[in-house]
Amino acid sequence: MSEISRRKLITAGLTTAAGAAGLTAAVRLADRTGLLPPGPTSLYTPGDTLTYAAQRLLTRHTLAREFRRDQISPQPFPNPTSRKSDEYKRLEAGGFAEWRLTVEGLVERPMTFSLADLKGFPVRSQITSLACEEGWSYVAEWTGVPLSLILERVGTMPQARYVTYHSIQRSWADSIDMDDALHPQTLVTHTFNGADLPYGHGGPLRMRVPRQLGYKSVKFINRIRVVDSLKPTEAGGSYSWYAGI
Amino acid sequence: MAAPAVSPTPRHPAFVRVTHWVTVLAFAALVLSGVEILISHPRFYWGDTGHSGMPALFQLPIPASRGHVPTGFKTVLPDQNGWSRSLHFEAAWLVVFAGVVYGLMGLASRHVQRELVPSAAELRGPALARVLRDHLRFAKPEAGYNVLQRLAYFSVVFIAFPLMIWTGLAMSPAIVGLFPGAMAVFGGHQSARTLHFLGFGLLMLFLVAHVAMVIRAGFRQRVNAMITGGGTHQ
Repeated sequence: MSEISRRKLITAGLTTAAGAAGLTAAVRLADRTGLLPPGPTSLYTPGDTLTYAAQRLLTRHTLAREFRRDQISPQPFPNPTSRKSDEYKRLEAGGFAEWRLTVEGLVERPMTFSLADLKGFPVRSQITSLACEEGWSYVAEWTGVPLSLILERVGTMPQARYVTYHSIQRSWADSIDMDDALHPQTLVTHTFNGADLPYGHGGPLRMRVPRQLGYKSVKFINRIRVVDSLKPTEAGGSYSWYAGI
Repeated sequence: MAAPAVSPTPRHPAFVRVTHWVTVLAFAALVLSGVEILISHPRFYWGDTGHSGMPALFQLPIPASRGHVPTGFKTVLPDQNGWSRSLHFEAAWLVVFAGVVYGLMGLASRHVQRELVPSAAELRGPALARVLRDHLRFAKPEAGYNVLQRLAYFSVVFIAFPLMIWTGLAMSPAIVGLFPGAMAVFGGHQSARTLHFLGFGLLMLFLVAHVAMVIRAGFRQRVNAMITGGGTHQ
């Protein structure tokens, strides 16, 4: 082996080792600072990670754009949802008096709230855009309880990293990190353009996460869970887990 | 002493070749995934509001991948938005990296100033008219970039791609919140989406013209030059 090729080989080896060590350190640092999205590794992990890390660094404390009252869309579009379940119909017949929102998981005091309980909380109203990943969008006024107030009431434990929320419609749930869970605009909404939240928009209760696309705003929610990690199925659906773009 | 037959300067510097092919790869991914995303709602609007329940500014005569979109077709195409969106943004990051490397190295090495910025003389009426006439006659291009090439390359790199990134980010709810002013200049989410689509049309026109000119100038030789740097400046 000639001197040159040996030197090249050693240089290449050292560069690869340094690169691998650097990458490992970067990944560990990013994980500790909350810049890595959860979920299984795929072909799209580099892009998803860059987007999540960049948006977390830039937008951790920023608000979603809020609109003027005259910018509210005249006919907000209710995205079609699957048929009402029997359970939903039963609760609807009773005027949702028996609708319950359970908050559990890594919390000091697991609690269950009725709609009346939630309407007794301090409310926040905001006029924001709901943008669907399909491309359509509308602007509406959403009123509800900041999720942060509910989490304060139940007392989240220090190891909490994500909040999952579940629809009464089977196998419909999603999750957000604590940055979004504690964000002042993340609301458990019960009122839409000044009236009870209608079925088409997720009534009686819908999670609104206005800094992410519409699919993170799950309709008909009845359960919230505070967790320290997400199962691969919870974080790795066919759609990107983080939807700030 | 005889002058060397060829100058040692390659026709295309290495950073141009690398960023060119990285962009080709990313652009192919962006077009494929962009079309997939587009067919979920092939209607366009202006302002902040746009959805299936209202008239469109214009719409493409194709079926959609969502049943609620009033396309006039009975067919509903399969939903491919999950991987399409992830691929779109991954490729967008790649284009951004390639663009930043190209822009910085191009300006620092004065490649951009020398090769892409037209001189005042080239922009004068008669000179411009002569190049245009040659183009319309499909005359074999001369060596070096002519004024139309310079204008086309400059606008694609420094105007069209940045506008595509900008209008794309103007559809991101998180980024709109971060820069409400800079993102609202397009007139809203739907205006940004419509402009993003029109920008795609312009870039496709450039692609067609660019490939046609490369074929006219000698496909094998030109592609080879963009890969190996081969050929030389005369």
